[in-house]
Amino acid sequence: MKEEYDIIVVGAGPAGSMAARFASEKGVSVLMLEKDRDVGYPVRCGEAISKAGVEEFIEPDERWITAHITKFSFIAPDNTEVTLQFDTEQEGYVLERRIFDYELAKTAVKEGAQILTRAYVNGLLFDDDKVAGVKYEHNGEQKELKAKIVIAADGVESRVGRWAGLTTHIDFRDMECCTQITAAEIPVAQDTLYFYFGKDIAPEGYFWVFPKGDNIANIGLGVSGMIGKKSSAISFLNNFMEKHYPGASVLTTIAGGVPSAITLDKISAPGIALVGDAARQVNPLSGGGIASGMIGASIAGTIAGDAIKMNKLDHLLTYDNAWRARLGKRHEIFNRIKEGIFNFSDEKFNNIAHSINKIPFEKRTLGRVFRTALLNQPSLLIDVAKVFIV
Amino acid sequence: MEYRQAKNSKLMIEILPDKCDFCGCCVGVCPEDAIELKEAEIFIIDERCTNCSKCIWSCPIEVIVFNKEGVVAK
Repeated sequence: MKEEYDIIVVGAGPAGSMAARFASEKGVSVLMLEKDRDVGYPVRCGEAISKAGVEEFIEPDERWITAHITKFSFIAPDNTEVTLQFDTEQEGYVLERRIFDYELAKTAVKEGAQILTRAYVNGLLFDDDKVAGVKYEHNGEQKELKAKIVIAADGVESRVGRWAGLTTHIDFRDMECCTQITAAEIPVAQDTLYFYFGKDIAPEGYFWVFPKGDNIANIGLGVSGMIGKKSSAISFLNNFMEKHYPGASVLTTIAGGVPSAITLDKISAPGIALVGDAARQVNPLSGGGIASGMIGASIAGTIAGDAIKMNKLDHLLTYDNAWRARLGKRHEIFNRIKEGIFNFSDEKFNNIAHSINKIPFEKRTLGRVFRTALLNQPSLLIDVAKVFIV
Repeated sequence: MEYRQAKNSKLMIEILPDKCDFCGCCVGVCPEDAIELKEAEIFIIDERCTNCSKCIWSCPIEVIVFNKEGVVAK
């Protein structure tokens, strides 16, 4: 441990590790502080990701891939099933996050970053108005550590940004409140991600069954905090299991929150940048946050490293626009689509499913499916056109 | 289990630590930065809580509840 670091990264999830790695590549000193005792555990995730989202950052490795995904299956409220087969480029994986996160952290360490686990950051140090380090608890001792830049990768429960004066709390209506079990003997296709929709299944969200090989599956759902006012995610999960897989052996039960909204207005301030779930960089339509968090973090890490190398800390503030250009703007469109889908009635979901099933299986491209879906919701057409045409 | 009374005597929200999964949903939606979450330890900072209930609504597994007595401090 050094007395002082160029950059301190709070959190060692995928975003934290990528921020640390890309900063370290610039030849600056980086320390990651992780509050839990292990990197990669506990897992709070459905674990599905696109192949492209992984490959930008790490060579795929069978040790952390539990299933290779080539199909999506959407199940409407009336049980109509719509299956889409993807071409290889859109293929995805179901991960073993415990190993995946650990391997990502290793890539950061390889570049020179250091990690300290069981280090709970509970405050910031300031130099005038600029963030200048962190206060943290380690082995029961309260400590302080200076840094030129702090990168907050502290997840959905992020507080670091607030301490720096940024508005980071997420509206409860935008929080997808999730719970998931990993269960054995779930006989579903091992190359297909299953998504269920409907007001009795997962209103203002969706229900998923993601295979993990050997008929083990992640089964879970997210509902918005607005729904949570009346019924919690766990009650929907229990209903589903009773109906579809009564008596299934449950290996793990987890809870988690997905900030399903557009990125925060400001994700940098003097001496600090926010990445991943802490910056609300989740794709608000899918709820996927691993790939987009890693992208945000790689941008922030690179800019932070450059800022220190150039001895020009103001450079960090260019991160907001860089993120917006890469994905932030696109997430605003996805968020509008999500809000449209939230308002779909069960009848509309059923009608869409019936329309799509009239397209021959081999001709069901994502673009075509969306167009068909949109015949039922013309007001979304302009937004979707921006995603698929521009 | 140790109970800590609300300082302003109006805190009515309790997190059941034995059932909590420490997932952080509640921390994310709390507008007052009133929830402290460590590795496997969670509590409400009573002088900040306004009983707005957003944490209760966002808890996926129903471990945050109303409790007129006070708040559980681990």
